[in-house]
Amino acid sequence: MHTTPRTYRDGIRLALPLVLPTLAIGISFGVLAEPVIGATAATVSSIVVFAGSAQVAAVTVLEGGGAIAAAVVAGLLLNLRFMPMSFAITPNLRGSRWRRAAEAQLIVDASFALSADGQGGFNREVMIGGWVPQAVGWIGGTVIGVLVGGIIPEPATLGLDAIFPAFFLSILVGEARANSSERVLQAIALATVITLALLPWAPPGVPIIAASAAALLGLRR
Amino acid sequence: MTQAWIVIGLLAVGTAAIKGAGPLVLGDRPLPQRAVGVVALIAPAVVSALVIYETFADSPDGIVVDARVAGLAAAGLALLARLPMIVVIVIAAAVTAGVRALL
Repeated sequence: MHTTPRTYRDGIRLALPLVLPTLAIGISFGVLAEPVIGATAATVSSIVVFAGSAQVAAVTVLEGGGAIAAAVVAGLLLNLRFMPMSFAITPNLRGSRWRRAAEAQLIVDASFALSADGQGGFNREVMIGGWVPQAVGWIGGTVIGVLVGGIIPEPATLGLDAIFPAFFLSILVGEARANSSERVLQAIALATVITLALLPWAPPGVPIIAASAAALLGLRR
Repeated sequence: MTQAWIVIGLLAVGTAAIKGAGPLVLGDRPLPQRAVGVVALIAPAVVSALVIYETFADSPDGIVVDARVAGLAAAGLALLARLPMIVVIVIAAAVTAGVRALL
C-alpha cells in the first residue's frame, strides 16, 4: 500500500475491486435501457459514451418521453465533471496534443482518482490501467443486462452500491495521508459542504461540478 | 429509435470533447503557474464530492439517507484501522447489505 503505484499493472490491480459493482450497475443499465432504446443501442452507448450516470440519465429522460435536447443536456451535465479532471491530468499525459486528447478519453471517476499521487501530480500509466477493469465491468454488464437482465438479483440487496463510496473514501484517505496540508483538508471540507448543499435540489451532475470549484482555494498564495 | 441514436451520437461527441478539453487547450505546454495550486486540489475536491454523491444521491435525483451510510461509516472505521482497500470495500458492502436486510 505504501509503494507508490506507477505501472499499467498497478492501475489494473487497484481498480479490480470495482469490477463486480460496475458489472452489477452495467447490468442494471442494460435492463433499464433495453426496452427504451433496444439492445444494440444500449450496448453501443456503453462502448462509445462509456459514462454510467450520463447514460442512465439520458435513458431516463427518453423513457419519460423527454426531448432529444433534454436527454443530451442531462447526460452532458453529468459528464462535465470530467473537464477539470482533464485539465488537471494533461501535463502528465504523453505526446502531441491529439495523442494526449486520445489518452484523456480514458478518464473515468475511478481511473482519475486512482492516478492522483496526493502531491498534485498524476500517474498516466495508473490512469490508463485503471480504466481497463472499468471498461470490462461496464460494457460486459450492459451486454449481460440487455440479454438476461431480469434474472439477476438487485445489486442493492448485496450491498454492492456501497462499494463505490467506500472505494472513493479509501482513495481520499490515502490522498489525505500523503498530503494532509491545511489547504487539502480545506478543499475536502468545502467540496463536501457544496455537494451536500446542492444535492437535494440541483439537477443531477451539478453538485459534483460545483464541488470541483473548491479547488479554487489553490489560487491563494 | 432514431431518437435514441441521435442522443447516443451527441453524447459520445460531447463527452469526448469534454474529456479532451485539457489536452486540446493546453497541448504539450505545462500548466500556467497560477493554475498549479488549483489543479493540485482538484483530485481531493472531486473525490470528496464522489464520496458524498455515491452515499447520499437518490435515483434519479435528490438526496436520501439509506443503508449506504452505515456501509460508509464501517468503511471509515476500517480505514482508521488501516485495513487494506479490498477489506474496507467488502466490509462496506456486507454492512450495507446487513442493515438493508434489517430495515
